[in-house]
Amino acid sequence: MTLDLSLLPDGGMPWITAAGPHADIVLSSRVRLARNIAGLPFSPRAAEADRLQVLEQVREAAAQTALLRAAMLLRVDAMTAAERRLLHERHLVSRELAELEAPAARVGAAVLVGDEAALMVNEEDHLRLQVFRSGFDIGGAWERAARLARELGDLLPLAFHREFGFLTSCPTNVGTGLRASVLVHLPGLVLTQEIGKVLAGLQQMGLTYRGLYGEGSDVMGNFFQVSNQTTLGRGEDELCDHLARVVAHVISRETEARRVLRRDAGYIVEDKLWRAYGTLRYARSLGADEALNLLSGVRLAVGMALISGLSVYTLNKLVVFSQQAHLSLVEGRPLTEVEANLARARYVRGVLAAETGPA
Amino acid sequence: MLCDQCRERDAVVHLTQIVNAEVTQLHLCEKCAAAKGIETTVAMPKHPLGDFLHAVQQQSAPALGDQTRCAYCQTTLRDFRASGRLGCAQCYTAFEGALRELLRRVHGAASHRGSSYEPPTATGGHRPEMETLRARLQQAVAAEEFEAAAQLRDQIRALE
Repeated sequence: MTLDLSLLPDGGMPWITAAGPHADIVLSSRVRLARNIAGLPFSPRAAEADRLQVLEQVREAAAQTALLRAAMLLRVDAMTAAERRLLHERHLVSRELAELEAPAARVGAAVLVGDEAALMVNEEDHLRLQVFRSGFDIGGAWERAARLARELGDLLPLAFHREFGFLTSCPTNVGTGLRASVLVHLPGLVLTQEIGKVLAGLQQMGLTYRGLYGEGSDVMGNFFQVSNQTTLGRGEDELCDHLARVVAHVISRETEARRVLRRDAGYIVEDKLWRAYGTLRYARSLGADEALNLLSGVRLAVGMALISGLSVYTLNKLVVFSQQAHLSLVEGRPLTEVEANLARARYVRGVLAAETGPA
Repeated sequence: MLCDQCRERDAVVHLTQIVNAEVTQLHLCEKCAAAKGIETTVAMPKHPLGDFLHAVQQQSAPALGDQTRCAYCQTTLRDFRASGRLGCAQCYTAFEGALRELLRRVHGAASHRGSSYEPPTATGGHRPEMETLRARLQQAVAAEEFEAAAQLRDQIRALE
């Protein structure tokens, strides 16, 4: 199959617009809910026929919900490795569902992508529904995710236990099945060396952090995904409110750190950030990590109003579209690392020139 | 110190809460704490022997239960310990005791406080769950897996 995501508004990434609150610091807010259909083994233990039955039931039910009525069904189990990687780079499928290292995803693996919500099918749970919002908007994400979960639960018999709540394949998700996360960019706290204290504080508050691509991914480009650690014993509203309160505090710390940087190291920071911009604007070869780190610098410069004429929307797009599978799609063939580095530099130069005018 | 709630029993749980940036302290007896759904992450042995028994139970419980098997999906407690994944919803009942302890350690609580849920009722005569259960019951009987069949029969009865 040929994967064509161009029909989806923003390519299935409603968060990329940077239209939400605090979009210069917060890339996206996400609420994910894990659910399973009663009477069938969880996906990792299910036979192929069961997994296909799950897909069929979910597809039928989703077609009757407001948020997924017009969703596009993507059969991950029929995709090439490059296509699966592309969906992963867009945060539409998890590493687990994409099976990035395997020749093929497992039978029944699919994702439904709507304008405002997406639904992974046959990940480790039968249903993993998620709502992404631009900027800092956990409330908006939760409100939509809750509505979608209610609609789906009215149509599908879900596995629910009076004492343990919604049952999930892994007990770390049981209860609410809710993982709320906020993807924040914290270069100010990293540069002022305050980040260690902030991250330790998060853990004391029952939150955890990961890299740009969630579980198992490294922190790169000063992007941190902050999320709730536990799912049982507290209500959904409480979990979301708690995360939102703590993240609001983190945002104020980051803002303060940027103010301190400007006050105490104005020209040093300014020089460093312009150098990052210069490299992105003119380099002929860019590694993936290198590009993310330089983009982090330029993002900070835009946030501190040192560089003008460059939108956060463009910077968000650069983060996603400068990754390997996206570059391969543009070039129309698989790329070696060296080729990808050349293609990445070419792509970034092109975008920056188009946005800020030729040098 | 007396319990803030009942004013009868001794307070043994001391809860510090931060609500809207205000620190409040609540001192509760075990009973009132449990009624409020507050789980203490460690069981509180009252004397040295209790301490000892608690430790022994912690050590021996996993070894004893390793072969416990979910009759529905055949996952054993050992499988679960190896993969960290349960096989199906019924595993939660099959391994309930071990799981409750684990959940308390992982989440600091073992009971759900989020939204409740009622599965869809039989409107329009279409009940996928029931159909699935019936089909599985037939398979289990055909394969002479009577333990699983009995569990399925009970589930179907509960739904009816």
